[in-house]
Amino acid sequence: MAGTAVLERVTWRVAKVVAVHDETATARTLALAVRDWPGQVAGQHVDVRLTAPDGYSAVRSYSIASAPNSDGYIEITVERLPNGEVSPYLTQEVMIGDELELRGPIGGWFVWRNDQMEPIQLVAGGSGIVPLMAMIRSHRSAGSSAPFRLLYSVREPETVFYRDELRALSNQGDAAVITFAYTRVTPKDWPRAPSRIDAELIASGTWPPALRPTSYVCGPTLFVENATDLLIAAGHDREKIRTERFGATGERK
Amino acid sequence: MAIISRGFAGRRSAAEAKLPPGQYLTTDFPVLSAGPTPHISLDRWEFTVNDGSNVVKRWDWKSFRELPSETITTDLHCVTRWSKLGTPWEGVSLDVLLADVKTDLPYAMFRSYGDYTTNLPLKDVMNKQAWIAFKYDGADLEPEHGGPARLLVPHLYLWKSAKWVKGMTLMPHDKPGFWESLGYHIYGDPWQEQRYSNE
Repeated sequence: MAGTAVLERVTWRVAKVVAVHDETATARTLALAVRDWPGQVAGQHVDVRLTAPDGYSAVRSYSIASAPNSDGYIEITVERLPNGEVSPYLTQEVMIGDELELRGPIGGWFVWRNDQMEPIQLVAGGSGIVPLMAMIRSHRSAGSSAPFRLLYSVREPETVFYRDELRALSNQGDAAVITFAYTRVTPKDWPRAPSRIDAELIASGTWPPALRPTSYVCGPTLFVENATDLLIAAGHDREKIRTERFGATGERK
Repeated sequence: MAIISRGFAGRRSAAEAKLPPGQYLTTDFPVLSAGPTPHISLDRWEFTVNDGSNVVKRWDWKSFRELPSETITTDLHCVTRWSKLGTPWEGVSLDVLLADVKTDLPYAMFRSYGDYTTNLPLKDVMNKQAWIAFKYDGADLEPEHGGPARLLVPHLYLWKSAKWVKGMTLMPHDKPGFWESLGYHIYGDPWQEQRYSNE
């Protein structure tokens, strides 16, 4: 069954930009109306294709941020990369009414299905929040009672995606338990000095291993390596940890 | 008929012309793995060849490293669309590992620490096309990149180059491995752009 979600998707479809929303100074959410969209599972991504007037084209993959719905639209959130080829276009050039080409949904592994009843631990680093946000939204729209928890590590408060929505969710309490962590700058009077996530934060900000949660960890490579090592050291089964990494390896510190 | 993206010029370089369709050039070395990175001690590392019913070959780290190795400089193509040119590796050729394995079985399932699997036709790992690599750019292979040792099959998309490889099982028929069961192509030739299972 795991493969069924990815089978119907190699055709390119026309996607019309119906709304844009800046998440941060460098990240933008695009709402896309997709002709004949077959639907998706939370955590899947799409390929987006841009084509220049001379026929040159470039394709990149972006995680879907929105929950599955029957309206034929999806949202993607794109972080602008300093030397990117496609992301500067999607975050700065694209206007409402423009048409893009898109195919998907793609990916059958880093997904949360709404019949999963076990506790879920989400761990996001930076723009790694995007597919995890799709899971949080899917959890809510499906009325799932699976216990959800998010640990979200960012550089500074201004780089939080979906800020108002996450704040509203954490105020509701039962929808999802959310812990923020800051690596460079914290909000005023924040109890924890800026630092990477560590064993103490894993102990206080994630489900205990005894609950046997399934964990989804997404972010830059070093973040994912560090977070998964900490989860395993805390006693989580490696078989119950799924990862999605992006970016170069960089330097291990 | 492609839609023209208003105001999109794209970036093109001479090196880009050498790439398979739909790939872009990177100088980083991105990492893609489905789960946590296993940290495997060399004391318990092994590589085995199973003929479908029995283990017919087994190396521990010491005996594996005593095999003749070679340096390989090759281009890498990941299904997530990055390509990296001229990467330097050192490894043991599968031709060496399978030199005295007599078999008519045409396929193999490669198995990794961390339970990853990937399937390959045997003819694609013979004749100087595949290695068990243990060094990258002159240094021991980092765990994130598959260390202590990974399969290297550079003519196919990089998911076929199983990280943390620990063995291979010969098979009479082709059978999908991990990503191949999740919608990725059974063979994965980047020049044919065989990314997904129905391409």
